[in-house]
Amino acid sequence: MRFGVITFPGSNGDHDALMAVEMGLGQPVELVWHTETDLSRFDCLIIPGGFSYGDYLRAGAIARFAPVMESVRAFAEAGGPVLGICNGFQILTEAGLLPGALLRNASLSFECAWVFVRVENDRTPWTQALAPGTILRLPIAHGEGRYYADTATLEQLERDRRVVFRYVDADGRVTPEANPNGSLNNIAGVCNERGNVVGLMPHPERAYDRLVGGDDGLRVLSAVLRAGVEVASTPRGLGSGHTQR
Amino acid sequence: MQVTPEILAEVALTEDEYRLIVERLGREPNAVELGMFGAMWSEHCGYKNSRPLLKRLPTSGPRVVQGPGENAGAVEIGDGLVAVLKIESHNHPSAVEPFQGAATGVGGIVRDIFTMGARPVAILDSLRFGPLEESRNRYLFHGVVGGIGWYGNCLGIPTVAGDIFFDPGYSANPLVNAMCVGVARRDALVRARASGPGNLVLLVGADTGRDGIHGATFASVEDPEKSHRGVVQVGNPFLEKLLLEACLEALESGCVVAMQDLGAAGLTSSTAETAARGGVGVEIDVAKVPRREAGMTPYEVMLSESQERMLVIVEPSKLEVVEAIFRRWELHVAVIGRVTDDGMLRVLDDGRPVAEVPVQLLTEAPTYVRDGREDPELAALRNRDLATLPDLARSPDEGIGAREALLALLRSPNVASRRPVYRTYDHTILTNTVLAPGEGDAAVIRIKGTRLGLAVKTDCNPRYCLLDPYLGAQHAVAEAARNVSCVGAEPVAITDCLNFGNPERPEVYYQLSRAIEGMAVACEALEIPIVSGNASLYNETGGRAIPPTPTIGIVGLLNDVRKRVGLAFAGQGVVYLVGPAEATLGASEYLARFHGLTAGVPPSLDLELEQRVQRAVREGIARGIVLAAHDCSEGGLAVALAESCIAGEIGGRFEIEALVEANGGRIDRALFGEAGSRVLVQVAPESESTLVALLRSYRLPYLRLGETAGDALIIGDLLRVSLRELVAAWTSGLS
Repeated sequence: MRFGVITFPGSNGDHDALMAVEMGLGQPVELVWHTETDLSRFDCLIIPGGFSYGDYLRAGAIARFAPVMESVRAFAEAGGPVLGICNGFQILTEAGLLPGALLRNASLSFECAWVFVRVENDRTPWTQALAPGTILRLPIAHGEGRYYADTATLEQLERDRRVVFRYVDADGRVTPEANPNGSLNNIAGVCNERGNVVGLMPHPERAYDRLVGGDDGLRVLSAVLRAGVEVASTPRGLGSGHTQR
Repeated sequence: MQVTPEILAEVALTEDEYRLIVERLGREPNAVELGMFGAMWSEHCGYKNSRPLLKRLPTSGPRVVQGPGENAGAVEIGDGLVAVLKIESHNHPSAVEPFQGAATGVGGIVRDIFTMGARPVAILDSLRFGPLEESRNRYLFHGVVGGIGWYGNCLGIPTVAGDIFFDPGYSANPLVNAMCVGVARRDALVRARASGPGNLVLLVGADTGRDGIHGATFASVEDPEKSHRGVVQVGNPFLEKLLLEACLEALESGCVVAMQDLGAAGLTSSTAETAARGGVGVEIDVAKVPRREAGMTPYEVMLSESQERMLVIVEPSKLEVVEAIFRRWELHVAVIGRVTDDGMLRVLDDGRPVAEVPVQLLTEAPTYVRDGREDPELAALRNRDLATLPDLARSPDEGIGAREALLALLRSPNVASRRPVYRTYDHTILTNTVLAPGEGDAAVIRIKGTRLGLAVKTDCNPRYCLLDPYLGAQHAVAEAARNVSCVGAEPVAITDCLNFGNPERPEVYYQLSRAIEGMAVACEALEIPIVSGNASLYNETGGRAIPPTPTIGIVGLLNDVRKRVGLAFAGQGVVYLVGPAEATLGASEYLARFHGLTAGVPPSLDLELEQRVQRAVREGIARGIVLAAHDCSEGGLAVALAESCIAGEIGGRFEIEALVEANGGRIDRALFGEAGSRVLVQVAPESESTLVALLRSYRLPYLRLGETAGDALIIGDLLRVSLRELVAAWTSGLS
């Protein structure tokens, strides 16, 4: 399965994503510069973390206008699996590919730590091997990760079970203490209606090796390999079992 | 030009220095030239006061590939790789504008590393502030920590270690020392030496503005508050990230002759230093320098300290390739001049000469050897008799006991958990962090594709240095080395940052010269070369200097990174104290906190014993005997035990009567007294005899303290504190 990692000026998680796919999954992967528009050689895309365009103006606000983003949109609309991590999540919300927004952390400060998240939805290509309720330990590193959506959107997301990851404590309980940034409903990650586009603030691509803190992230990244089978049989898209409707 | 004392004061040159310039130049310098001399002959660039003393430092060793004199030092670490390291101060700008001052400090030190062709893999920060009770100090502390985090996080380089110390002596003059470590292939290491007359001089990165003019001079005068804000530069980490990637790609292409970052004194120092190292000349035209604003004079262009700029020397035939690389990273490239063979730094403004000075004259500032004399007040403080101080009470009804003292020390900002700081630093990016902040005495990062690991740390106890700069500097070296040894790494290189007051005062010159001597002796004894460094003098306000602070940044090497250990007690096991039984209250954290005193003789240090202790600890770790190791530093034995219990989430029952006896029957000295060469180690019960045999083979003093178990720290009948209480106290100190 061929991974593409979209790189903007200021991306800095691109290399970690590359390493996670290469060292952790042993899959072919390449970096895609933001000026490229042909994504046809990829089976799935990762939009990595960092500070695209310095996060000037607002995190992700400038990256959404990069030439590559139109192709990312087309890739997503065709059902291709897309994973936005941290700044990648922010870019996807700015681009309207995912609902909601990421606000300044409630602490008003950057937070770097290992946290627990619970898998809420196994109907996305990035979680389909993971039973709902699975607890993963992943690192976070962000200043603007407080998930926000208006009440109607939030209710819709919960009703459609489009919350993919939620911050929990080690025992899987949703508590205010387990919420590192003040996200509404402890939301750490969401997906689009179809389920093929997932964004999350924690960094699965930094958790591929126990030597550097843990390898739970591989469970997220490797899930898409199973989706790959279906991608192959359903060109540029996911099976209907993965849509939300 | 009429040169008045006011003009000389503005460029911080003395009348003697001016006369020397006139004599060597054979004429009076014009205004542009005078500004260039002022910057290059400042302490910051010219090391006028420190250079003669620095000769004393050991800079060679079997691993040294690059010693002082380049942008950074480099040591061999195996597998054809080198570790590249450098520390630098940004004290003066941070005192005025803490956020940008600290941020640009990080930016500058990172550029020093990638200029060498090395990929930066870790940032460290060594910080000093006045007490947090004063709001100005809190503002500086939060601003500095915010600036370091912002710049490093945005660049995507993990900030993994450092040290922070609070003392009233830093209230007006905070210290911000930033260190960066990089890794390069030995054969790909680049030097900043211009060569090949006719080669082109390129300026890449940010446009040049009016910011930071005379920053180098500013950093060499007292009282930053008096100077104006315009000398502080503003950082753009986004641009630096592009510059970093573009420069590494350009160096990798093999089309670059030399590269030099623009730091203090901007274009002036970068062109002069690059030319001096290569023994050539350089001619540049300031009209070709891309500007941020119109109307800048040649003087301003030559002295601007705008950040995120790089000077690149290329052969004319390679220009196109190099330009294409920088353009792809969306960076400006301007050909501003060429290398010449006449040894002159010639500056043109649209073809019209505006300055012409021999490179060597600019880069070889006059040096001063002064007389030092110890401040008698400090000598009196050192000689103060501490034996008359009352000891802690054995039982709570007789006064303050050990329990209260321990909790208060854990709450001390000098001891408390650093998590409120490092949680704001991205320390997991690059996926190399094996021991993260708080997990070990040093941070450990792996080198992908190898089994190697690097342990990194900064250290310096300013109280020790204040009371005895010679001994204090030895302790700084020994403690830094001990910290990397405690994770299992062999210390292989040091970079130093000398933070002192005004060296023109004999009391400060005494401190500077004694500290350098102490560093030299300790480095020789422990066989660690100093491969790079920086001096920041004139850290004083109103005639009151900071405590002497020779900060030591160290890199240690683990041949097998999987064999590192942390400081956390790992479940049930037996704990030993390795090292001397006798400790002192002199210069201790306990003395400062409980008696309000910075006094007494700092702990003695036997460097030969220190070496054996560290070797034994490293061997114990490498052989897999030692489960956890922790250096006993500020707060003494009891604080070290508490820290390892907190980190391991396990209590322990320990006996220290033998220590009380060895310390003249005093509880305070036994529990909270400080000493060099001391390490706590934990082993599994079945490894106890192996550990003892190992310690004996190194002829080391040691003491079996007790066993880890339960959920409370119990020390004889002196104290019993639950883990919960320990954690509550320790986590409250800095938040």
